[in-house]
Amino acid sequence: MIKKITLTILFAFLLAAALSLHPFGEPVFTEMDDYFIQNGQEETGSNNIVAAVLFDYRCLDTLGEASILFGAAVGVFIISRKKYV
Amino acid sequence: MSKIVKTITCLVSLPIIVFGLYIISHGHLTPGGGFAGGAIIATLVALLAVAFEKRLSQQLFSLAESLGLLLFIILGFFGLSSSFFHNFLAKAVSFGPNPGSINSGGVIPLMNLAVGIEVFGALSLIILLMSQKND
Repeated sequence: MIKKITLTILFAFLLAAALSLHPFGEPVFTEMDDYFIQNGQEETGSNNIVAAVLFDYRCLDTLGEASILFGAAVGVFIISRKKYV
Repeated sequence: MSKIVKTITCLVSLPIIVFGLYIISHGHLTPGGGFAGGAIIATLVALLAVAFEKRLSQQLFSLAESLGLLLFIILGFFGLSSSFFHNFLAKAVSFGPNPGSINSGGVIPLMNLAVGIEVFGALSLIILLMSQKND
């Protein structure tokens, strides 16, 4: 019984949240996007704005991403070795 | 695997490498970049490991992954005259006559290459370690 009530409340909440979503393609805050689109190519020289953001504006983020992949490989290596020292 | 799979692997390996290198080297012009290109080249390692069932050496891939990450961080330190990861080549390489040339983008293509090497090594190492028996 309590399971059904919980499910109904959850479903109603999710439905209300889905109906009140902001429409796609109309962002609220566009200052940063406009800045990247206007000045990205001139400042970095790259045609691809995604690459400009990834490797110039947010390069520290990319460093973390690469380090996570490195750590994942090291973790798999540690798990799959035979001898546990 | 059978002879058909081995032959098709040999046929398809060179286009895969060329496509991956294209994705990496044109990362600042077209969609793609280091992550996608490195993953594409790593699929070739998976294909080779499945088709030929030989023990591939893990030394090369761990070396590639370490070297790629090291190159990335060293490139970040090169821009330390103003800030960490500063695009110090953006003004040195000319902008204006042809912004879509492969020579544009400053340090972004080099970082794409470094990340490509790193992702290739890491994904290949993970694939090899998970597909081969370690005994």
